[in-house]
Amino acid sequence: MLPVALVLPQLLLTFFFFLWPAGQAVWASFTRQDPFGIRTQFVGFENFTDLFEDPLYVESMGRTVVFSGSVTVVAMLVALCLALFADREIRGRNIYRTLLIWPYAVAPAISAVLWILLLHPQIGAFSHVLRMLGIGWDYKINSTQAMLVVVLASAWKQVSYNFIFFLAGLQSIPRSVIEAARMDGARGWRRLRTITLPLLAPTTFFLLIVNFVYSAFDTFGTIQALTQGGPGKATETLMVKVYRDGVVNLNLGSSSAQSVVLMVAIIALTVVQSRFLNRKNAE
Amino acid sequence: MAALVIENLRKSFGATDVLKGIDLSLNSGEMLVIVGASGCGKSTLLRLVAGLEEPTSGRIVLDGRDVARLDPAERDIAMVFQNYALYPHMSVFDNMAYGLRIRGLSKDEIGKRVQETAGLLGLDALLARKPRQLSGGQRQRVAMGRAIVREPKLFLFDEPLSNLDAKLRVSMRAEIRRLQRRMGVTSLYVTHDQVEAMTLGDRLLVLHKGVPVQLATPMQVFERPADVYVAGFIGAPSMNLLDAALSHDGTAARLKGGFLVPFRDGKRPGSDGRRIVVGIRPEHLVPGPEGLDVTVDLIEPLGSETVLIGRMESRELLSIKLPGAVAGIESIRVALNGEHLHVFDADTGLRLDP
Repeated sequence: MLPVALVLPQLLLTFFFFLWPAGQAVWASFTRQDPFGIRTQFVGFENFTDLFEDPLYVESMGRTVVFSGSVTVVAMLVALCLALFADREIRGRNIYRTLLIWPYAVAPAISAVLWILLLHPQIGAFSHVLRMLGIGWDYKINSTQAMLVVVLASAWKQVSYNFIFFLAGLQSIPRSVIEAARMDGARGWRRLRTITLPLLAPTTFFLLIVNFVYSAFDTFGTIQALTQGGPGKATETLMVKVYRDGVVNLNLGSSSAQSVVLMVAIIALTVVQSRFLNRKNAE
Repeated sequence: MAALVIENLRKSFGATDVLKGIDLSLNSGEMLVIVGASGCGKSTLLRLVAGLEEPTSGRIVLDGRDVARLDPAERDIAMVFQNYALYPHMSVFDNMAYGLRIRGLSKDEIGKRVQETAGLLGLDALLARKPRQLSGGQRQRVAMGRAIVREPKLFLFDEPLSNLDAKLRVSMRAEIRRLQRRMGVTSLYVTHDQVEAMTLGDRLLVLHKGVPVQLATPMQVFERPADVYVAGFIGAPSMNLLDAALSHDGTAARLKGGFLVPFRDGKRPGSDGRRIVVGIRPEHLVPGPEGLDVTVDLIEPLGSETVLIGRMESRELLSIKLPGAVAGIESIRVALNGEHLHVFDADTGLRLDP
């Protein structure tokens, strides 16, 4: 009985905060409500077929891929560079490392406010500089700039996380292997490309999946606070669309169907990742 | 001509002086073994020569060029690491070809040289494998191959055999010696294992706390250790070092218990009563009718010989090596007739010769 009692709190949490709502979403994805929410009708897979025939949904998918790809690439490249510097013997290394980990502790909405203060078309410090340079800056009406802003803000938050993993990955590369490469005459970019990066590959792959999942599913707060998916639908990723369709427009059936699609996508990505990690561990 | 000259080389980490002025000169094709207990600075010396650490001061002249401040890439030195340090993501072939590719050799030339070296080391059949598919001995060979294939000006070995099991170590030791002779490459070999030091080196450098204490051929180091430290370090089991005082006008030593040992090879300097240390190797103590009485504490049979560890009347420990198997001895009397004696000053530890 004791083991059951010990895991019970966790089981209850999982049930009430994950299984139950997720089950409701799955059920709701097979139903359709009238505009007043009075009658609910079972429609089978109709919500799903409608979804994939809807050009707006397909567009949002494309937008999500562009957004997530950009966030992943920016967040990982910046983190890798920082980690490569932090891995060296430099003065004040510990302070440098600590500072780099901070952004991870900032809540999405707060980080969005920080970015708003920097980039706001009227009051932002950064946009002031841009205006002085003669660049028209208003992400609230320019779609490309809007995308740029949400990508930057989302990537910035993820850099800390990536940095920690890259640094750990770099430090797990045996020093003597790097030294052997130095004795063989490999320097700079060449040593990085032929020795360091290949040995960092498991970390890189892990981060690739984590970042993609993060940017696709965990950036809602940042986007909502910065652009609310706009201007128009310029920054409306799948996650934002779920919110708009379900919470704002109260189209619960379609919104639930979208959630289920996202859930399946996450499960698929996680399976790929754990397969890969298991295979690596088996070696 | 000297292939490698090291002049007044010093290295400090913060306030800690690790190397306190090393001077060395290696002839072309010579194998010098640097030996010492852990922490004596031998690995640091090797890493300075390799270019993996920067010296605090001093010169490292390789083939007439001071390389002390150059990047390892500009030194043309190859190194074999203790844990092999193979590139885990590359095949054996690529591991060996890596340095050649960086030097921009043609594909044909690289293929030819790798094949040749692989043949020399018996690695032909393993070229396509990854390091993790190799045994310890095979990895060691690949590490050797990676160094040899580059035909460098200087080889550095950093305790290359210490990760191998005892049997493999003996055969690899012989192989390293054979290859080094055959290729005629000047080599520095760092080890803490005195058997390796004795068998591999043309000359030995014994380091103690960052100071070179003796540089000589292995036999000279064994027969005429420069100080108490070398005397205790080289030879197994280690030499017995007994406190004594000079006596009879410098022609004899009086041990703690009053036992008198005459010097056969002549008078030592100093007045009677000067504190000295008398060294004698365990194998030079033979049972005899006259001599020191020893109570045996421990018998260590080694097969072809037996080591007895016991106490003299003065309570000092003494080890004795006897040929053949010996059992059931509780006390023994060994002759100390003045032959094979080493005499050192008790204060400076330095050897005192007649």
